[in-house]
Amino acid sequence: MNGRKLEGPAIDFAGLSPLLALLGGAVVVLMVGLLRGRAAREHGVPALSFATLAASLGLTIWQLDSSEELVAGALAIDGLGTVLNILFVSAGMATVLLSWRALAPRESAHGEFHALLLTSIAGMVVLAWSTNLVTVFLGLELLSIPLYVLCATEMRRATSLESGLKYLIVGSLGSAVFLYGLALIYGATGSTDFAGIAEANSAVGLSSDPLMLTGIALSVVGLGFKASVAPFHQWTPDVYEGAPTPVTAFMAVATKAAAFGIFLRLFDVALIDSATAWAPALAALATVTIIAGNVGALGQSSLKRMLAYSSVAQAGYMLAGVVVTSGLGVRATVFYLAVYLVMNLAAFAVIIARERETSLGDDLAAVEGIGATRPVLAWPMTIAMLSLAGIPATGGFIGKFFLIDATVDGGYAWLGFVIVIGSMISLAYYLRVIAAIWMRDAPAVAQSTPVPAGPRPALAGGSPEGDAGPGSVALGAESPPAQAGAVVYGGEPGGGKAHWEVALVAVLCAALTVAAGVVPQPLFDLVQRCGDAFTNLV
Amino acid sequence: MTLHLSLLLWLPALAGTLGLLLPGRLTARALALLGSAGALGYAISAVIDFDRRAGGLQYVTDETWIRTLGIHYKLGMDGVNLFLVLLAAGLFTASMLWAASREWERPKLFFFHMGVGHTAVLGALLAQDLALFVAFFDLMLIPFFFLTGIWGPARTRVTAVTKLVIYTLVGSLLMLSAAIATAVLAAEQNGTELSFVLSDLQKLRLGAGTQDWIFLFFAAAFLVKMPMFPVHGWMPDGYRNMPLPVLAVFSGVLSKVAAYGFLRIALPLFPDAAVQFQDLMLLIALASILYGSAMAFTTTEARLILGYSSMAQLGFIVLGIFALNDRGAQGAVLQAFNHGLVVAPAFFVLALLAARAGGSEDIRDMGGVALRAPVLAVLFLIVALANLAMPGSANFVGEFYILLGVFQDKPVYAILAFTGVALASVYTLRLFIRAMHNRVGPRVESSDLKVADGLVLVPLVLAILAVALYPQLPLEKGEKTVVASVAAARDLAGPPAAIGATPVAQPPKPVSGAAAWMEAAAAAEAAAAAGGAPGVEEEPAP
Repeated sequence: MNGRKLEGPAIDFAGLSPLLALLGGAVVVLMVGLLRGRAAREHGVPALSFATLAASLGLTIWQLDSSEELVAGALAIDGLGTVLNILFVSAGMATVLLSWRALAPRESAHGEFHALLLTSIAGMVVLAWSTNLVTVFLGLELLSIPLYVLCATEMRRATSLESGLKYLIVGSLGSAVFLYGLALIYGATGSTDFAGIAEANSAVGLSSDPLMLTGIALSVVGLGFKASVAPFHQWTPDVYEGAPTPVTAFMAVATKAAAFGIFLRLFDVALIDSATAWAPALAALATVTIIAGNVGALGQSSLKRMLAYSSVAQAGYMLAGVVVTSGLGVRATVFYLAVYLVMNLAAFAVIIARERETSLGDDLAAVEGIGATRPVLAWPMTIAMLSLAGIPATGGFIGKFFLIDATVDGGYAWLGFVIVIGSMISLAYYLRVIAAIWMRDAPAVAQSTPVPAGPRPALAGGSPEGDAGPGSVALGAESPPAQAGAVVYGGEPGGGKAHWEVALVAVLCAALTVAAGVVPQPLFDLVQRCGDAFTNLV
Repeated sequence: MTLHLSLLLWLPALAGTLGLLLPGRLTARALALLGSAGALGYAISAVIDFDRRAGGLQYVTDETWIRTLGIHYKLGMDGVNLFLVLLAAGLFTASMLWAASREWERPKLFFFHMGVGHTAVLGALLAQDLALFVAFFDLMLIPFFFLTGIWGPARTRVTAVTKLVIYTLVGSLLMLSAAIATAVLAAEQNGTELSFVLSDLQKLRLGAGTQDWIFLFFAAAFLVKMPMFPVHGWMPDGYRNMPLPVLAVFSGVLSKVAAYGFLRIALPLFPDAAVQFQDLMLLIALASILYGSAMAFTTTEARLILGYSSMAQLGFIVLGIFALNDRGAQGAVLQAFNHGLVVAPAFFVLALLAARAGGSEDIRDMGGVALRAPVLAVLFLIVALANLAMPGSANFVGEFYILLGVFQDKPVYAILAFTGVALASVYTLRLFIRAMHNRVGPRVESSDLKVADGLVLVPLVLAILAVALYPQLPLEKGEKTVVASVAAARDLAGPPAAIGATPVAQPPKPVSGAAAWMEAAAAAEAAAAAGGAPGVEEEPAP
């Protein structure tokens, strides 16, 4: 190794291939987005993005058993990295499907939208593989900056712009604080390498070093912003609500997975010897997060805001898995991330479908009565809510079971109890959604989509490149052209069927949620791989 | 003969799912009915085939479900759950039959949820793994959430059922954390592999201090589900808002699952804590008996009369369980079976009465139904007499065993509980008299039982009579394992009780003393019943 260092770092291209595929795909997609043909832009670009993600997924699975350094100690592929990779890429595939006929990519140009999405996923992959403070920050920024833009892609809607701006400001603040913390950690240990930091930490015993402690505290704050851990979660509901729903879905699941990936790596590998210093603090944060998220969700009538607060609460549950500093905790966190991904995607897919079918947006009223009228959407939403609440026969139950198991095993039984209290509070708002679906009649206006008096009637005339009119006709092909100009959410005029790909995501994710609750062993076997990165843990 | 319990367990849910997916107006109800009847047939053959001389579990199915967490898919039957499984299968079948002859909005969905509910209840009864039990116990509630929220009769159904679910799931979630703690701590303390299998956990007893809080969490879940006195807040609203066939199984079976949980899990796994909290549990039971009885004869809503009466009856069951001796436990198991068998037909009768009283379920609007509905009146009388534990009924035997068990070690509780026996005859006869006799209500249009409803009621009443004639059957079949399930706690409770109690409380004398006492009470009660019933019987005759 030392001899070759002079010739430049050894690069394992096979190991890097999932990342390279994403970056290459991003460039190709950006180029194809410039083609003049409408079909190429509207269908070619998403199809190519999907293919890119599928290729990356395939390459990840090909590399599933490898565990090695990739680029001279900057990136390393290991069990945790590959498993998280699978999560990111799956979330990306779902997002591509959810945004296929959405408004956001049409407004902001398909090429850019999808290129940004792929770049963001590439950033997550870098983050999940990083073994060095510098790559951590690189990955974090590479994932965040495209997301700031993606939040604002419904350019004619003020709340979308507001959401992008808010996310930019808060996110940059979080990044800055995080960077400061990383710098202090480097200052205290003299190494940017995770292994080096851990070594210096255990050799010198830096647990009471003020520089180190400040560094840890600041990085907790910075990551807290990214993972929406209370009290740094205030941006979450606003940004989630304002962003285009497919982007919200992506943010909710993939960003959370990335943030927890790095939480695990940084705290359970690099800073493991200072655990006595940070574990109680993180436990307190987890408690606050669980309570704040669940209580915040109680009063929400917007489904996206409700899921935003619920995601805060879920972040608290997963933080408990970090706190316990055990291999069991790592696996429980990753398991919950996987379950969290599918159940949230199912819920968001249903919200997207209803946004397109009705003029009620993401209000709770949009799902009222769909148990009778739209069972294809009602069941996935019901399953998602039951799973989020932790009802048996869903992945959420097993996930919480595993997390509580880890907390009791790690000597934090009271934190398991807090998780239970959180779940009790959460029942109130999850059951409300289920009650709305099955036990209320559909509101009279719900099915009448293409009303000229829809929320943004002026929008149709002015989409980018002036092609909204024909574009809408293409989308709602079977509808009379006279109505095409009034499409609001890019849905089919007439309020008939949801787009099949959205329903497909909903049904598929709901099925996976149930599968994770009934036959969870394959998922357990998958997350079992995550242990190999954590040699210091029991 | 091998009986695969998985088949029994999944048949109703499978039938319900098929009914949901297949087209046809009647497919769903026919399939759901077939599924439940199949489960019933299976349960009956298990009861016949059950070997009472063999101790331990029979027909065991044991597969690893989640290897990583040491959770097994383990099902089995023994004396404790044998008759409860039969009860669950029987009542669900009766309820399906009842529901099948009525019109429902979205019938496929209704029967689907009924099927899933049936499977979940059977699962909770059959599970021999702590995690599996908790999963089924929690899952059990979800179909009832839908059944009540969608098809409930009152406008307040959604709020009421949300309250019910949150109330009971709070208990269940506490139980979830306690269950995980049980297995993890047991594995830690003994240095063994993590396992949730009950028979493994039974061998690894936790330290007494740890047992205490875990026991309280389990008790919270079970007491809320029954419900018992201080945690019954969901009950009135929940009962008011459930469709009657759903309420019949809810009251008849689900509350018994909670009582069963004490015998299956709390006593064998946490015997030290059970002894520690024996007085607390007995007090709760006693409070429920007295409070439930008092409420039952003051309220005028027929549903709530039955609801509060169930509360009192479950008080007796808990009393029997926490007598912590063989008699009490046997009585509790018998009484759980009896009460389910009685309360379900009572709710069906109530539905028929309401239909004859212009839709009102208030007993002030009823009255005089018996004149034109003699068959219905006779059936109701048998149910009512069983409910008040008339000597000769199996309920009498159950209560007798329970009180005998309590009297052995805790005579004061037993004496106070006797008032509950007397009160039962007051509220039950009040319901019977006000509904069947008295002046004819203003909107009452009486008519006798229809054949379809008779098909549901008559077999249930015949079952009541059968158990009344031959109560040894459930007692003997269950004896060995029921006794085993309280053995750990009994042995712990035994010696100090013998020292603490007065010399009089030593066998065999107290048994006979208690028996004499009981007989006197029973005679008084019989006299009360005899004095009440004929008096009113005559009234509408002229």
